[in-house]
Amino acid sequence: MAQALLEMRHITKEFPGVRALSNVDFTLHAGEIHSLMGENGAGKSTLVKVLTGVYPRDGGTVFLNGKAINPKTPKDAQDCGISTVYQEVNLCSNLTVAENIFIGREPRKFGMIDWQTINQRAAELLAKLDVHIDVTKTLDNYSVALQQMIAIARAVDVDAKILILDEPTSSLNEEETAHLFKIMRQLQKQGLGIIFISHFLDQIYEICDHITVLRNGELVGAYETAKLPRLELIAKMVGKDLNEVKDMDNFAEKSVPSDEVFLDAKGIGAVGKLNEVDVQIHKGEVIGFAGLLGSGRTETAELLFGINEINKGSLSINGKKLHLKNPMNAMEQKIGFCPEDRKLSGIIGDLSVRENIILAMQAKDGILRHIPYEEQVKIADDCIKLLRIKVSSREQLVKNLSGGNQQKVIIARWLATQPDLLILDEPTRGIDVGTKTEIQKMAISLAKQKGMAVVFISSEMDEMVRTCTKLVVMRDRRKVAELTGSDISSDGVMKAIAGGAA
Amino acid sequence: MDMLKKFSGSSLFLPVVALSVLLIFNTLFVDGFLTIQMTEDGHLYGRLVDILNRSCSLIILALGMTFVIATSGIDISVGAVVAISAAVVCTLIGGRGDGVAEMPMSVAMLAAVGVGVLCGMWNGLLVAKFKIQAVVATLILMTAGRGVAQLMTEGQIITVYYKPFEYIAGFLPNMPLPTNIFIALAMVLLVAVLMKKTSIGLFVQSVGINPTAARYAGINVTMVIFLVYAFSGLCAGVSGLIESSLIRAADANNAGLNMEMDAILAVALGGTLLSGGKFYVGGSVIGAITIQTLTTTMYALGVSADQLPVVKAAAVIIICLIQSKKAQEMFDKWKASRHSQQKNDNKAVFGKAVKQL
Ligand SMILES: Nc1ncnc2c1ncn2[C@@H]1O[C@H](COP(=O)(O)OP(=O)(O)OP(=O)(O)O)[C@@H](O)[C@H]1O
Ligand SMILES: [Mg+2]
Repeated sequence: MAQALLEMRHITKEFPGVRALSNVDFTLHAGEIHSLMGENGAGKSTLVKVLTGVYPRDGGTVFLNGKAINPKTPKDAQDCGISTVYQEVNLCSNLTVAENIFIGREPRKFGMIDWQTINQRAAELLAKLDVHIDVTKTLDNYSVALQQMIAIARAVDVDAKILILDEPTSSLNEEETAHLFKIMRQLQKQGLGIIFISHFLDQIYEICDHITVLRNGELVGAYETAKLPRLELIAKMVGKDLNEVKDMDNFAEKSVPSDEVFLDAKGIGAVGKLNEVDVQIHKGEVIGFAGLLGSGRTETAELLFGINEINKGSLSINGKKLHLKNPMNAMEQKIGFCPEDRKLSGIIGDLSVRENIILAMQAKDGILRHIPYEEQVKIADDCIKLLRIKVSSREQLVKNLSGGNQQKVIIARWLATQPDLLILDEPTRGIDVGTKTEIQKMAISLAKQKGMAVVFISSEMDEMVRTCTKLVVMRDRRKVAELTGSDISSDGVMKAIAGGAA
Repeated sequence: MDMLKKFSGSSLFLPVVALSVLLIFNTLFVDGFLTIQMTEDGHLYGRLVDILNRSCSLIILALGMTFVIATSGIDISVGAVVAISAAVVCTLIGGRGDGVAEMPMSVAMLAAVGVGVLCGMWNGLLVAKFKIQAVVATLILMTAGRGVAQLMTEGQIITVYYKPFEYIAGFLPNMPLPTNIFIALAMVLLVAVLMKKTSIGLFVQSVGINPTAARYAGINVTMVIFLVYAFSGLCAGVSGLIESSLIRAADANNAGLNMEMDAILAVALGGTLLSGGKFYVGGSVIGAITIQTLTTTMYALGVSADQLPVVKAAAVIIICLIQSKKAQEMFDKWKASRHSQQKNDNKAVFGKAVKQL
């Protein structure tokens, strides 16, 4: 076999209280798409960050084309030919799209920045990904998905030997993903080595030749994708044997909604955000909002939680007509909401896991009814155990948790308030396969055992089909169908969406 | 050793070290710095008492400023609000030569503090409700405030001859320490109790770190921001009482002049980042005392008032450097390289470390 493009040997990385990587080996060849797999907190992003100089490594060596390298900053790594899209999109929201793509390597003309070329080339680059937007607008005008595409465009334009994509597809839809894959294959043909991280097994099996599995910061092994069946991969990731993994997929029966209506929305809407939507939510029901990105699912949820005010239609909860002015109004009605963008509207990064978990409870209790420390500790510990959040201690800063574990903290925050209605907007985004099923099961069991109503929003059709007893299908910011019982299937939803076009 | 390690990691470490360095310097170079004597009527006096006495109004301002900065805001109007508060209390008591108050002093004091709160609420309204940038919003009152104070005093310096007015920044009969030390202590205790018994700390930090997420968690972000500015106004109002009592007069042009800068500096010295989030009330208090000590030291060493800002600027640079992440990283590296030297007496390692430096 030819010399490896990248060789990482005995990589070790410690954070205070956690050994994020111990003695990990990783090899990447030119022209190979190689996946890093592992549960949330396994150390995938850390391996990437050690490679690109975001964190200094505590031990081990890295060889690029047989030469030892030691990049100290991401810029160093880029100069070595390693181009990276990090898990957390790190672009500047107040710069234009074009500026974001060319920052640090602006083409110049007579010593001046050549804006015309920048804008033109940025537009061309994005067109390759089939993104057609105004590149002279600032980044904050665009959704997370588009921002992710922009970050990708920036990374693939750099002249590189290695391209690293850390969960680039977590907020992309199928089409966008397909475009990304097309580009990845082109780059592969040009001889780039690509590291691709994702929790979507379908995508892994579609595009990767090799898989390296990590567990708890340790190397489990490196495999050829073709020789590693899915179940075996999962078994290696979670460290259980095959039979146990097979059981994992054994799904609980769906909940049986009661006749009692918890929330009844008639023709609710908000100017520019949502057109009249009817939703009825029963106690003990898991109801799904299905539809494509931007179809109005999140907007509906935000109206139900008082993030935005409803200015059309009427809303009643437990039979009482109400007007929700702010989230607190909704919380008083025992509604909880895990937002889709966890970094922007979910976590308070510089606070501890404990503080993040009790935050909503405390907000509800009010500023004067301070929850005693011992009680906070108990609540936090219970949640950490229940959701199996991977932390070094409850006082760890949330921003230092792995992406998936941050998501769990937000879910814990709302479970702690013991809501009657829990709205989960993309709760499984960036969550590993095992935990994904756990969260789906949790939604069902909350509805079954506590009679809680759950709104489940997800772009993954099969998890909606598995968990929901009713699906509200949306398109172009309006409701186009409501499916129940045996109508609930991926096909059914697709048809409803297509039908809504007419 | 273990305790020392724990302390050196704590947030109060740097502020305490800075203050200690200053105090040691003073002890060595300023004659009689540590002497405290008692007068016949039972008052304590000496340089240390003097420093404490003079830092009171700054401590109080810094308390309010800490919360404002923690929400990632800033209040540059506090100096002007001090002037307004001073003007209110002095005009209400009046400058009658026969030493009679036109209004009961308690009423005048309450009114002054009340006006301070109103000023703070105005700032809060602009920042929280109308989302004007904090610097700009409080700049309005910073520039207009002294004009308002001028109007109240009709452009005059009102001197108060009413005897009890002195007591605020001076000694009550038979008390060993000046009254304002007790006022500052009460304010610090009030804040300590608020921090301990309410969730204000958690809410303020959440708003400072990520206001969007705080809102999604049910926190009334607008209200929290409004309240911190109102509280800052209250603090400025109280400071105004002390500042005017010190000179027994309301001087609209000079009362509280540049105090906003000292208050911000005190907060920064105390370890609270100006970008908001985590804040340290204890640090701010020590920071305020440090600044006053610095000022007193400079005067004691014969540095003139016009040169003082230069010295302060130098101090700020040093402190900011110490607190900067980059400098800390460099320090850590230096420590680490020293550590490895000690471990193995390998000359090659030594050479490398030197080269790296
Ligand atoms: N800056 C940090 N400080 C302290 N601990 C950290 C830091 N960054 C990561 N960790 C810890 O290191 C471990 C590995 O985290 P990492 O982000 O690499 O996981 P991951 O495999 O990328 O997970 P995910 O799939 O959720 O993104 C986690 O336990 C995490 O808490
Ligand atoms: Mg990760």
